[in-house]
Amino acid sequence: MADFKVVNKPIRKKDAMALVTGKPVYTDDVTPTDCLVVKVLHSPYAHAMIKEIDVELAKKVPGIEAIFTYKDVPGKRFTMAGQTYPEPSPYDRLILDQRLRYVGDGVAIVAGETEKAVDKALKLIKVNYEVLEPVLDFRTAKDNKVLVHPEENWEALCPVGADNKRNLCATDTSEYGDVDRVMAECDVIVENTYHTKANQQAMMETFRTYTTLDPYGRLHVIGSTQIIFHVRRILANALDIPKSKIRVTKPRIGGGFGAKQTCVTEIFPAFVTWKTGKAAKLIYTREESQIASTPRHEMEIKVRVGAMKDGTIRAMDVYTLSNTGAYGEHGPTTVGLSGQKSISLYNNNLEAYRFGYDVVYTNVQSAGAYRGYGATQGIFAMESAINELASKLSMDPVKIREKNMVKEGQIMPSYHDEPNSSCALDRCMTRAKEMFDWDNKPLAVDLGNGKIRSIGVAMAMQSSGISGVDVGSATIKLNDEGFYALSIAAADMGTGCDTILAQMAAECLECDIDDIIVYGADSDSSPYDSGSYASSTTYVTGKAVERACLQLKEKMCKIGAEMLSCSVEDLVFQGKKISKADGSEEITLMDIATKSMCGNTEATQVTASHSSTVSPPPFMVGMVEIEVDKETGAVELLDYVAVVDCGTVINTNLARVQTEGGLAQGIGMALYEDVTYNSVGKIYENSFMQYKIPTRLDVGKMRVEFESSYERTGPFGAKSIGEIVINTPSPAIAHAIYNATGVWHRELPITPEKVVMGILKG
Amino acid sequence: MQIKLWINGKMVTEDVAADTLLIDFLRAHGCLSVKRGCETSNCGLCTVFVEDKPVLSCSMLVARVNGKKVTTLEGLQEEAEDFGAFIADQGAEQCGFCNPGFIMNAIAMFRENPDPSDEEIKQYLAGNLCRCSGYEGQLRGIKAYLSFKKENGGVC
Amino acid sequence: MLTINQYVKAESLQQAYELNQKKNNVILGGMLWLKMQKKSVGTAIDLSDLGLDKIEETEDSYLLGAMVTLRSLELHKGLNSMTNNAVAESLKHIVGIQFRNLATVGGSIFGRYGFSDVLTLLMALNAQVELYQKGIVSIEEFSKMPYDNDLLVRVIIKKQEMKVAYLSQRNTKTDFPVLTCAISNMEGTYRCVIGARPKRAVCLYDNNDILKDGITPESAEKFGEYIKSQIITGSNMRASEEYRKVLSGVLTKRALLKLKDCEVTSYAD
Repeated sequence: MADFKVVNKPIRKKDAMALVTGKPVYTDDVTPTDCLVVKVLHSPYAHAMIKEIDVELAKKVPGIEAIFTYKDVPGKRFTMAGQTYPEPSPYDRLILDQRLRYVGDGVAIVAGETEKAVDKALKLIKVNYEVLEPVLDFRTAKDNKVLVHPEENWEALCPVGADNKRNLCATDTSEYGDVDRVMAECDVIVENTYHTKANQQAMMETFRTYTTLDPYGRLHVIGSTQIIFHVRRILANALDIPKSKIRVTKPRIGGGFGAKQTCVTEIFPAFVTWKTGKAAKLIYTREESQIASTPRHEMEIKVRVGAMKDGTIRAMDVYTLSNTGAYGEHGPTTVGLSGQKSISLYNNNLEAYRFGYDVVYTNVQSAGAYRGYGATQGIFAMESAINELASKLSMDPVKIREKNMVKEGQIMPSYHDEPNSSCALDRCMTRAKEMFDWDNKPLAVDLGNGKIRSIGVAMAMQSSGISGVDVGSATIKLNDEGFYALSIAAADMGTGCDTILAQMAAECLECDIDDIIVYGADSDSSPYDSGSYASSTTYVTGKAVERACLQLKEKMCKIGAEMLSCSVEDLVFQGKKISKADGSEEITLMDIATKSMCGNTEATQVTASHSSTVSPPPFMVGMVEIEVDKETGAVELLDYVAVVDCGTVINTNLARVQTEGGLAQGIGMALYEDVTYNSVGKIYENSFMQYKIPTRLDVGKMRVEFESSYERTGPFGAKSIGEIVINTPSPAIAHAIYNATGVWHRELPITPEKVVMGILKG
Repeated sequence: MQIKLWINGKMVTEDVAADTLLIDFLRAHGCLSVKRGCETSNCGLCTVFVEDKPVLSCSMLVARVNGKKVTTLEGLQEEAEDFGAFIADQGAEQCGFCNPGFIMNAIAMFRENPDPSDEEIKQYLAGNLCRCSGYEGQLRGIKAYLSFKKENGGVC
Repeated sequence: MLTINQYVKAESLQQAYELNQKKNNVILGGMLWLKMQKKSVGTAIDLSDLGLDKIEETEDSYLLGAMVTLRSLELHKGLNSMTNNAVAESLKHIVGIQFRNLATVGGSIFGRYGFSDVLTLLMALNAQVELYQKGIVSIEEFSKMPYDNDLLVRVIIKKQEMKVAYLSQRNTKTDFPVLTCAISNMEGTYRCVIGARPKRAVCLYDNNDILKDGITPESAEKFGEYIKSQIITGSNMRASEEYRKVLSGVLTKRALLKLKDCEVTSYAD
């Protein structure tokens, strides 16, 4: 690997000290309290029509500024999904609708001077609901007589197979080779159905937005979002106003994980401010964040794997049924990853595959983007099926993977025919085996005290941005005294992308990280960026940073050449100075900066955009050791080894913490995080009291290492890390539980009760 | 009702509603480090000290703090910087939203038990949720801080 | 959202009692449970100034004031020493230290919550409850009483030689328990308390003399089976009736085996 100076180092995050000392840097800290308090009245029914709604009494509460119902909002449908236009997610929403499609859907917006007044008014709104039969089981949704979106102005902008008259948000089938013929030739076929549930992103800062009118009468939105430019478009669509009327900025964000890739709260205060001209703020409670946001898509995935007795995997057939809930945010896109990212892992001997899916509307909370974005669900299914296959063939589950895993240089038909340009998956497996001592550990050992110690393994891949779609941009500017300002619109949501991108700039410009200041995410002034999602920031925006810096270097050399009266070719850029190649003369960066402000005609500022035609996947291997209590079903995590190939690691600390954080979320998903509904569609897990995320006592020991490949299309050889890290725990833990108990758990989460009942029922 | 309390050493006298929660009172008085992450006393983000004991400010009436001493991270900046630097050196602060509550409770732990084992650390801080870090980086930071203190003969 | 019209720091138990007779008035414990309710409280009555935040020791008893926090109880040396650390074991899984610094013994007990670890433990310790009006009643009896407007003043735990073991099963380490089990042996009497059924804890006895010849792996297993056959469990979002039944047998057996290994430590330590 190249000898880096700033990249590939454990650099402290630029905002770290502000965060650890509790500085007021988040939306609610940086926006005034002197504004309208906005709250939403949520539907108590899974499916209903508002027959009458009377807000007159509620309006009389002192301090109430405005109450809006479906009668007051524009009738143009839109999607809240933060995606590049034209969005694959259907335009199926209104700010408020007469038809209510899930428990939690918006019935009315109340704005008032104090929280108490607003709470009081909420209680006084009289609604006469016509309660309708809901579709609650996603297995019965397709072609159900009950339609979630019967409206005529429902619209799918992209050809994703959507049909609102069939409760279909998307459908497709793709095939490569002759699956049926190859399957027929296989010695063994493993066929099973796996079920993953909705999971909450559960970032610590709930959804929140502040809106105000700026001096030009434009709507200024300050909020906790990963996607400032998409928010601008979504709000323009929702409010039916020109995009030029909207400015979106973000302060520090208290976590996102994909949740803030959807406009969960923005539309409500934005509408209030636009209508009243007054500043407004909406802070979702944890309960609202749990019941009226967009968690992970529930999926049921049927996997068929055809293999030979020696473990050669020749054919795969995957069908995914995905539950998008009441609205289609990210419905058509997440589902694709469930097949693409699972099948492609086994590219090595694969002769044929089929991948089909249906994405259905139901009357439950709308799903959305959550780290892993469909790959997590598909990989749980596929990796479990491979472990079942290994078990059936009495093969080492590591060996069967080594035999079939995708290799560097291969073309991946199930991955848009992209070449696997950089891949250290084999080395990840080798290293994980060493760290874990896999070869010397039995799959399970009975400890004799009612407990069994067992192990499990899984692999994963993800992508690095959306190929041909995502745009990353960066502006780099030389300032007085020779420091640089890096302007971006990628959203640092705690991941550290401000720092990571600054590291890249510093590496290019041969300067210290402190010589780069980062200014981020203002739709008026930042260069265009799709936003921070799809594992795109390091790979896509990073490349834009690299390009911008290289161009700026050229410009600075040009100024230097003028000042030294020589040609650019004679100069060498050396960070703090530019010297003549023969060392005879030099000029400092400060001189150039000074010159740039006096009699200068060459802008010392460059904006570069980047988009990639490929999306090189990061890879990883996870191995877990657990202890299962046979009598109580309790699963204790002892050790988790993760080895990741994210290309060049840009920040060794942050990549490691990304991995550990992703593993913890994956562990929660595997063992207890669940979203369940009662018989009328109300969510049980509506708080942190009922939706349990892992505490530090629940995660066990994690050991993370990196085996880097070098991705030539990425900045400094980097790929992505943000999402892949959540994918291995579910299948690896399910595998270990099988090894301990002899029971395959094909539905998540695998609670202690399921473990014990599985054993008891044999 | 009229109450008097000390926020980070400064006396505050004010007329408050009976149901004002300590968290809201503190935020209204400029202690914006205090965060709310849930409404069910589960997340630990709102941790402050009342009479030097870590409590959940979201679950306490400000009326009950009448006559008492309240400390938030704003009043512990030096300690927060000393210890926080070790968290920062792991990159474990991540989004930072849970940091104030976590750092407060860690400081409480260092005062109560200057030489905790890994298990004691996990037990003491179990009520501080973090969704970003997976906790391992926080543990590494705490241990690095403790060994630094030990090597330098400092008392936590 | 909880609203409170008035806050009163009671100056005497009598005043607190009188205020508490009004239906929408409420005694404040740690307020953790109360705060989550959508309720309009008239007067919130605070007992903080009545000296009930201490664990007092008399010649024959420990007196736990209603306002003693779960954290002080958890850290109490004498009680932990007397109970083979069952006190700490029963409390350390409850949410977190900041939570336990607020939650009170009185609040935990008076609500007689099904999920209560504290109630399960105190029943096994054969504790008594001192009520302002009704006087002293056994906690077992108290656990069955309907809610009323009396005041819980303190909990009394007799000092005596005992062996106690506490176990709980939880889906995550600091979640509500799926089942709790506390078993004590005092003067030869075994009390087996099962809580989080999910209904209120109940106390069962060795009516069939299964343990009369002491605890062996076999008798522990048998007693576990007995409890499993006797206990009435139910389902909620955390676990099913059936799983809880299974757990009741397992935890009972394990608690007995744990109890067997306990040293009898003198309460006089």
